[in-house]
Amino acid sequence: MRSIKPSPTQEKPWLHVLLIVIAIAYLALVLLMPAANVLFQAFHEGVMPFVENLLEPDFLHAVWLTFALALVVVPLNTVFGLCAAWAIARHRFPGRTLLLSIIDLPFSISPVVAGLMLVLVYGRNGWLGGWLQALDIRVIFSFPGMVLATAFVSLPFVAREVIPVLEEIGTEQEEAAKTLGANEWQTFWRVTLPNIRWGLLYGVLLTNARAMGEFGAVAVVSGNVAGLTQTLPLFVEDAYKNYNTASAYAAAVILGLLALVTLVVKEILERKTGIKPNP
Amino acid sequence: MTATHPISPSLSPQKQRRQFPWVWRITVFYLLVMLAVPIAALLSRASSAGPVHFWQVATRAIALSAYEVTFVTALIAALINGVFGTLIAWVLVRYSFPGKRFFDAVVDLPFALPTAVAGLTLATVYSENGWVGSLLAPFGIRIAFSRWGVAVAMLFISLPFVIRTVQPVLTEMEKDVEEAAWSLGATHGQTFWRVILPPLMPAILTGVALGFSRAVGEFGSIVIISSNTPFRDLIASVLVFQSLEQYDYEAATIIGTVMLLVSLAILFLINLLQAWGRRYAEH
Repeated sequence: MRSIKPSPTQEKPWLHVLLIVIAIAYLALVLLMPAANVLFQAFHEGVMPFVENLLEPDFLHAVWLTFALALVVVPLNTVFGLCAAWAIARHRFPGRTLLLSIIDLPFSISPVVAGLMLVLVYGRNGWLGGWLQALDIRVIFSFPGMVLATAFVSLPFVAREVIPVLEEIGTEQEEAAKTLGANEWQTFWRVTLPNIRWGLLYGVLLTNARAMGEFGAVAVVSGNVAGLTQTLPLFVEDAYKNYNTASAYAAAVILGLLALVTLVVKEILERKTGIKPNP
Repeated sequence: MTATHPISPSLSPQKQRRQFPWVWRITVFYLLVMLAVPIAALLSRASSAGPVHFWQVATRAIALSAYEVTFVTALIAALINGVFGTLIAWVLVRYSFPGKRFFDAVVDLPFALPTAVAGLTLATVYSENGWVGSLLAPFGIRIAFSRWGVAVAMLFISLPFVIRTVQPVLTEMEKDVEEAAWSLGATHGQTFWRVILPPLMPAILTGVALGFSRAVGEFGSIVIISSNTPFRDLIASVLVFQSLEQYDYEAATIIGTVMLLVSLAILFLINLLQAWGRRYAEH
């Protein structure tokens, strides 16, 4: 007769420890050591060199430009994301799944290819090139092109996060508000928006992180001129390429801070709502 | 109640669409300007080359080697993350240990950290004088500024996908089935291969495909950690970028189109995998 075996979850505790150690070692090797290295490199000669690097005019301009880009792109993509989410979550129509995939497209297209597409539309030899030149409007190698590139790569986030929330809350409350005489705007501001606020905030947070951190698409359309069209991520690469490692790491710390804030707010939102959004 | 009454609660989809036409207009207009026009510009420019010339440029030796470096390295990185990602998801869902919440939160770092910073710090840590690179240098292994560096950057940026696709499936999976298999006399190995792994497979493969797709398109971190030498560690996006810098718009367009078509194929594959996963979940 077989003796009663202990439950699999109780047996072989060394196996659990081994698996946990492997998991942590892998995360340390790929994620944690590189992250710690950013802080180490920026501060290993003390705080003063770090601060001096932060006062460089090119650096300050890059910070300003990065914020300006996010300030334009995040509201644009938020309005679009809300409209698209409403259109998709509140209606059934042929091609609905296709529309969802189309909105996700920017995630699968390489940022460099995205930048290339914009050059082919707005560049000097592009579709609208002659027309823009006649009107003396510069898109490529200037701010509008960088806005378009950043908006392209961060387009899907808001819609992706809001659609599942809209689908889950259903239409009962909205219909009740309408029955009670609320118009579309009142229904949206007083009923729908409060219900979707956490999902919306999550989408805005991811949009912002991507907008401030985008490299490839912006590198293609900006021309990467220090003090003119250089954002923080471009500044990091440029400084590193010119063997100015100290100022590259000073800028990297600022971008790392952005990542840290993003992760902390993300964690708070996930605990508040109890959802783990899809990757 | 007449259908035209303004406070009619039962709204047909057509009616709602008429009440909110600007929502549709904004959605369609934005997608046209942001996506349709740029994609059309790329495809029309690429097709103007003619099929023979397109094929010649798309299959130049330098391009072929860039595809090979990109796709093979991305596949290897995605598969390695498939194994370790499943293991990490398992550990995070099933075991409790100090710092678990921290490690769970840190998994999303590659989504939050700008890729230029990732490339910069990986290039330092895995260089000959870096924390990890200096340990491997005595064995003649160079990671940064070689194809290994490309692989490390791809490992970094594609790490979260498998973990985040497998975690919810593991959480849903009931322990009863494993315990049943166990009490019926299955060994650890049998329980893992025959009971635990099969229902996880769609999620693991979806995560691998998502990670692969991300790694194939990656530019920022790789352009920094790689030496970008043709036929050694030059990837396809860097080749497109370099062609643009040399004003070779034709080569950039054609190689960019090849990459776009490959990403569309991967996206299609991911959709199939997700449909398979949903069917699996319903059984």
